[in-house]
Amino acid sequence: MELCGWGRYPRIEAEMTLPATRPEASAAVTASGSHTVIPRGLGRSYGDSSLAPRVIGTSRLNLMLDFDAASGHLRCSAGASLADVLEVFVPRGWFLPVTPGTRFVSVGGAIASDVHGKNHHLEGCFSQHVVELDLMLADGRVVTCSRSRHPDLFHATCGGMGLTGLILEATIRLRPIRSAYINQTTLKAENLQQVLEFFEMHRRSTYSVAWIDCQATGASLGRSLLMLGEHADDGDLTVNRRPSLSVPCDMPSPLMNRYSIGAFNFLYYHRTRARQTASRVHYEPFFYPLDGLRNWNRLYGRRGFVQYQFVIPTAAGPQGVGGILKKISESRSGSFLSVLKVFGRENENPLSFPLEGYTLALDFRIGAGLFDLLNELDAMVIDHGGRLYLTKDSRMSESVFKSGYPRWKEFQDVREKYGLRAKFSSCQSQRLGL
Amino acid sequence: MRKVLIIGATSAIAEAVARRFAGSGDRLHLMARNPERLQDLARDLRVRGATAVDCSPFDAKDHAGTASIIGQAIQSMGGLDVVLIAHGTLPDQKACEASFDLTLQELDTNAISVMGMLTYLANYCEAHRHGTIAVISSVAGDRGRQSNYVYGAAKGAVSVFLQGLRNRLYRSGVRVLTIKPGFVDTPMTASFKKGLLWVSPETIARGIEAAIARGRDVAYLPRFWLPIMCVIKMIPERIFKRLGL
Repeated sequence: MELCGWGRYPRIEAEMTLPATRPEASAAVTASGSHTVIPRGLGRSYGDSSLAPRVIGTSRLNLMLDFDAASGHLRCSAGASLADVLEVFVPRGWFLPVTPGTRFVSVGGAIASDVHGKNHHLEGCFSQHVVELDLMLADGRVVTCSRSRHPDLFHATCGGMGLTGLILEATIRLRPIRSAYINQTTLKAENLQQVLEFFEMHRRSTYSVAWIDCQATGASLGRSLLMLGEHADDGDLTVNRRPSLSVPCDMPSPLMNRYSIGAFNFLYYHRTRARQTASRVHYEPFFYPLDGLRNWNRLYGRRGFVQYQFVIPTAAGPQGVGGILKKISESRSGSFLSVLKVFGRENENPLSFPLEGYTLALDFRIGAGLFDLLNELDAMVIDHGGRLYLTKDSRMSESVFKSGYPRWKEFQDVREKYGLRAKFSSCQSQRLGL
Repeated sequence: MRKVLIIGATSAIAEAVARRFAGSGDRLHLMARNPERLQDLARDLRVRGATAVDCSPFDAKDHAGTASIIGQAIQSMGGLDVVLIAHGTLPDQKACEASFDLTLQELDTNAISVMGMLTYLANYCEAHRHGTIAVISSVAGDRGRQSNYVYGAAKGAVSVFLQGLRNRLYRSGVRVLTIKPGFVDTPMTASFKKGLLWVSPETIARGIEAAIARGRDVAYLPRFWLPIMCVIKMIPERIFKRLGL
């Protein structure tokens, strides 16, 4: 069957098995003999992280197994999605401690990408709320790892992009909430300087994210809407389930072009007149605005698109971000609605993406000159001491990867130690020299 | 709190239905072939709010044994409010054409074993003048077509059997629901290319829950299959026999 990531580029022919139990998973891992395999959750990484000739899909390993209401510890199979967790536990007053911008990712995927959310500056990455996990190695053996048991394997697996084995189950720590609603404040920032100042002023805000118009130029470079959020104390605990639209089929590629994108960005920025507005919203549109449009990736047509997310250290400053933004806006190939966040401290996982600084994520439609532009951006990012997010990546070179993640050697050593290198590999890992 | 028996509990649609019942705090008894999956599913349903979940592995081919397992399940729950029969296989049509043994096996799994279970359940529910018997049939049972008539024959037989049962049990106040899903994206249909008409097991499960709650007789799921099958059934045979459906 044809498989691809969320960006629908690249695509390969692959065989996918869907084990439903541990014995079936073991058979799937060991039966491929000398062939390599890669695990795959819901396929929401953008590039080729879960692509390989043989793929083990975890969607049938999707059960909740235990919940301890005293500690908020949930044990579940790795194929269960964050959406499943929310559906069961929001009504009981529990929320995810860290959530990415879509709830349609599996718990295993959230761990393998070590996802971050709008609260990284306070809560770090998803793995920092994982108590332990059960990992299946190349010979079908299952190992339980945590910060105290096989810590090297645990830290390599968190952010390890599936290259350390098949995550079968995990225990995650949920956070208590009193309401399913978020008190949201939206601030209009005229340019990059201003939005970064706002981020700094509101650094104690539980959640913060800025939607940036990356097509704006000159004095408006980096104009954005900064959204801050706090869990509300009042309001019910319903899972909203608003009716979602779906893009039914591939749109013609020219639909997303600099005029349509430019118009969208302009309207979106100007949708609030006031400098500052406050409102109360359900968690769904606050955390998952794009989940309301299913299959939104089809807007980019059959050719697909490339997501690009980088982080540069705080020391690089607003000038660093500004320089990169300027290059993007001049190229006129940027996306509608790019996302800017401020990250807190790096964690101990060798391949985890966030480090203390500024991160920007954007889509690019695939067209002439794009890959050259991205190579130039890579050079700027590396120059500032930054790196790219593997979960979004579909074309980074080995040297850019290794410059950005100096602990890659440590990661490889762990794979060697547990006999994983020969078995677990993806198109991305091949490209990156792992 | 209802007492619900689910036969073939590890099938994709049944798991989704079980989750809906668990969410309402019902008491569940699950029967399926795979004991590992059954135990894991039971844990899932307990986390999701089921009052209690018990499991019995079973083999549909063992008709007598199955009836006895059903009896024990009902006894352990202390009664029965709803039973869902959801087990089944999707025959390889071409292979069945070449081998009557295979055809016989498929008919046994998908039709005969169901009738065996229904015989026991109908008698129990009739005696207690209470209960809803829900069975997953298929739109394929509405009309035989070249691509899957062994499956169609089995499901058609089940649908007709259920009509008779509904008629017989009406006087005792026992409800009989024939569920006719269209194309559902499950492991059973993993090899099919999915198009616009395909839906998830969760969508079907919502429909099943609603149909049981409303006491319906026949539920085409999703609803758009009702007009589609009406049209399909009306096509004259001399035209239908030429089609490549």
